[in-house]
Amino acid sequence: MSLYEFVLANLMSGISIGGQYALIAIGYSMVYSILRLINFAHGDVFMLGGLFMVFLAATFPLWVAIPALIILIVALGFTIERVAYKPLRTAPRMSVMISAIGVSYLIQNLALYFTGGLNRMYPNIPWLSDPITVLGVTTRRVTVVTPFLVIALVFALVWLINNTKIGIGMRAAAKDFDTSQLMGIKINSVISMTFVIGSFLAAIGSILFFTSFPGVFPAAGAMPGLKAFVAAVFGGIGSIPGAVIGGLLIGVSETLIRGLDVILGPANLGIISRPLELATFSDAFTFILLIVVLVFKPTGLFGDKPTDKV
Amino acid sequence: MKKLSSANLITVLLLIVFFISLIVLEQLIAPTDRMNMLLVSLRQGSIFALLAVSMNLLNGFTGLFSLGHAGFMLIGAVTYAIFSIPLAYRDMVYLYYDYVIKVSFPEIFGNLLGGPGMMIGVLISIILAGLVTALIAFLVGLPVLRMRSDYLAIATLGFGEIIRAIIMWQGMGRITNGANPLRMFTRTDSFNITIGGYTFGLITFTLALLSAVGIFIILLLVTSSYGRAFKAIREDEIAAEAMGINLFKHKQLSFCISSFFAGTGGALIAIFMGTVAPIQFRAAMTYEFLLIVVLGGIGSITGSILGAMLFVFASMWWLRGLDSGAFLGLERITIFGVNLGEQVFVSGFRLVVFSVIIMCVVLFFRRGLMGDKELPYYVDKIRSKFKPTPKAGGVDA
Amino acid sequence: MPDNVLRLEDLTMQFGGVVAANNVSLEVNKGEIVALIGPNGAGKTTAFNCITGVYEPTNGRVSLNGEVIAENYPQGKMKELYKGENKGKYTKTVKLTPDKITYRGIARTFQNVRLFKALTVFENVLIAKHMRAKQNVFSAIFRLNHREEKRMREEAMALLVEQNLEHLKDHIASSLPYGLQRRLEVARALATGPSLLLLDEPAAGMNPQETQEMAEFIHQIRDRYNLTILLIEHHMGLVMQISERIYVLDFGKMIADGTPDEIRANQRVIDAYLGVADDAED
Repeated sequence: MSLYEFVLANLMSGISIGGQYALIAIGYSMVYSILRLINFAHGDVFMLGGLFMVFLAATFPLWVAIPALIILIVALGFTIERVAYKPLRTAPRMSVMISAIGVSYLIQNLALYFTGGLNRMYPNIPWLSDPITVLGVTTRRVTVVTPFLVIALVFALVWLINNTKIGIGMRAAAKDFDTSQLMGIKINSVISMTFVIGSFLAAIGSILFFTSFPGVFPAAGAMPGLKAFVAAVFGGIGSIPGAVIGGLLIGVSETLIRGLDVILGPANLGIISRPLELATFSDAFTFILLIVVLVFKPTGLFGDKPTDKV
Repeated sequence: MKKLSSANLITVLLLIVFFISLIVLEQLIAPTDRMNMLLVSLRQGSIFALLAVSMNLLNGFTGLFSLGHAGFMLIGAVTYAIFSIPLAYRDMVYLYYDYVIKVSFPEIFGNLLGGPGMMIGVLISIILAGLVTALIAFLVGLPVLRMRSDYLAIATLGFGEIIRAIIMWQGMGRITNGANPLRMFTRTDSFNITIGGYTFGLITFTLALLSAVGIFIILLLVTSSYGRAFKAIREDEIAAEAMGINLFKHKQLSFCISSFFAGTGGALIAIFMGTVAPIQFRAAMTYEFLLIVVLGGIGSITGSILGAMLFVFASMWWLRGLDSGAFLGLERITIFGVNLGEQVFVSGFRLVVFSVIIMCVVLFFRRGLMGDKELPYYVDKIRSKFKPTPKAGGVDA
Repeated sequence: MPDNVLRLEDLTMQFGGVVAANNVSLEVNKGEIVALIGPNGAGKTTAFNCITGVYEPTNGRVSLNGEVIAENYPQGKMKELYKGENKGKYTKTVKLTPDKITYRGIARTFQNVRLFKALTVFENVLIAKHMRAKQNVFSAIFRLNHREEKRMREEAMALLVEQNLEHLKDHIASSLPYGLQRRLEVARALATGPSLLLLDEPAAGMNPQETQEMAEFIHQIRDRYNLTILLIEHHMGLVMQISERIYVLDFGKMIADGTPDEIRANQRVIDAYLGVADDAED
């Protein structure tokens, strides 16, 4: 494989993974902007999306399995909010985040129990998993489809937020939670809707993500979840385009870091003679990025400045 | 010195009884005995107690929602291991790297002073583990502790992962053995004392004592002037600053001390387990300690100790049957054709039950076992139940 | 040594495009009780926050006993955005964090009482003693300096006795009635050993009798602790009764200053502020 092909293949898969992170990131971002809650369970909901699909696809044809999966995950997201977060609405913020961590712990343990901790093969989704060749690089169709699908979904979402009553409610609640309640916004339905949308996107994301992933296991959602949150912070919490750009950046940089030794190595650029083995850092890099952003631009690329009143 | 109140006195007596019974138990129970599980659980429970208390110092007393504990524990565990592997074994441990650190404290002091020297060497390695961790925590704290509360959570979580990646990086292999486990370091056997051919088992006692010393120091800290300043920061940062408390300095102090004990706790975990595999120290481990703290009550040291003990006893011992098909005779029940013993009580069910319990605590018993009160408070309360007092006067703090 | 304890020169605070305090200058002399009044949003609390280091002023200077504790001039983006006056008059930047300013002798209370809610009354006051304690974390943990801890406790207790709060010492702060919470907040501020006390609406939400008590209380503490006091207050009765001089802010600008009688007669003040207040009081 030539250097050009290698870099292109890496870029393409980076963009695709990034798009998938972006879909998860939107859920984090919307929830955080309204409730100031890092929904630690969101990544695990995403993982369950993968796991449910394994079981659904084993019994139903895909045209039943995919809609059923989406409905299940949306219902799950809705239920988690109602059971685990809503009762704590007046509690300190730390309590709600602890509850989120508790939910994450519960979901992972449930998954562990039902799968026996084994890696489950993700079903082959015919059209998406088919190999195709683009610009001389052979990949799965999902890699090419993801960016377009993400863009379409984001446009739909932005339209929804700007033009529907519930969307205006979301923006108001994000701006000022208490006042929006006084203005007659039904805060509980706004919050539920936020979780519904977030879970819907996570369900779509799970289909795209696990199609090009070896399998589903109980902790499979933890790392993508954290990365997606970082993407949301990077782009600026509450900003949907920000979440997408953050996701893309993280996706691309992590694949490039994995391929760094090959690109710089003797076979290609010849800058290094010995591998740097920086691939260990492909996950950690996300967090390095996070810390750099939080130190130098805590509001992210497109975020609003929070004001503390004294 | 302030006179001990009777509630405190009773607490101290309870502790003395606890430690004496640890020594007695260890002599009575043979390692092959079924009851050895009790000793193992007590060892792990003590170490977990120290780790939970150190986390509580940060999350409960200073109000910093920090999630980097697993990373700091890993630094401690790795540091301990590196400085405690006898030189002769190093070639067997560092299979793929030329190791650069050629110091083993237990060996050095063991050669100098014999058996007790080993023990001193182990102690030095443990303290070194704490110091190295505190130093790294200091560096991590520089950017992180200036962040808003929830960003602090995610940034510390991130640093936990970064630390793990650095330790596992091949570039660090000559020091940390990369992603390969560290093992064969000096362990608990050096705690036993042999007199006249008879070996006194003191492993449980020593681990519990070391943890207790750490917990006691944290207790002294939170009841000192600095502890009050930490609580002030937790209650209201702006007001605390207006009272002349330097936020950053005090947060940094709490962060470093908490990490010091996370590091020593990590060293004790290494001693307890016998190997240090970086891959185990994931964020999920931090979550577990956080949930222990919540179970015990955020802001209560006794609560964290009880929470840790409960967690370890339940998952190592009491709920074990849930994983292996026998629990309180419930395994004989069959509902809707599902036999509990064979179909429900299989591997992993214990953790499911445990997480459900935790969720119940989080949602319905938010104060946890102890709220923010300590054991003496409850000793007083129980005593007052037995002798009727005429008036409910102010409790002396 | 200058006579004034606190001196604000051309203080301007601009948030983005909004000027919250514009070119505010004032002086508070030793032992005085001075009031800062004006309608809501006039920039009173903003001025307090600039004095105590919570905000960094955009332009201007604050000095305490002749020493500069805050000074700034428009920099960075503010260079273009700056709408205030006296641009270019100041060229230095002095920035002290709130804790350092408290250490130098300015204590404050907050508009909406900020106590350490879950801690006891005694702990609330004791915390204020931490700043000046001669100790380090090592000596504090291992109780190497008993006398210092004992001294802190005694001083805090003495203050509670002076403020008639000693019978409440083990009560949780948030369990106190509102009036007492305000008193406790003042006691806590006094415990930092200030020379200048800033009170942000000390009588807010109080009934006439409580307000009268607060007026006497402010006088009392000024005399007892040799304080200089600057207060923000909407309650005109209280302001006119206790203050020796009054500054009036409106839309961020200082529109008048003088004795209570002068202020009462000032047409601009009546138009901007007092007229309304008088009506309300009838």
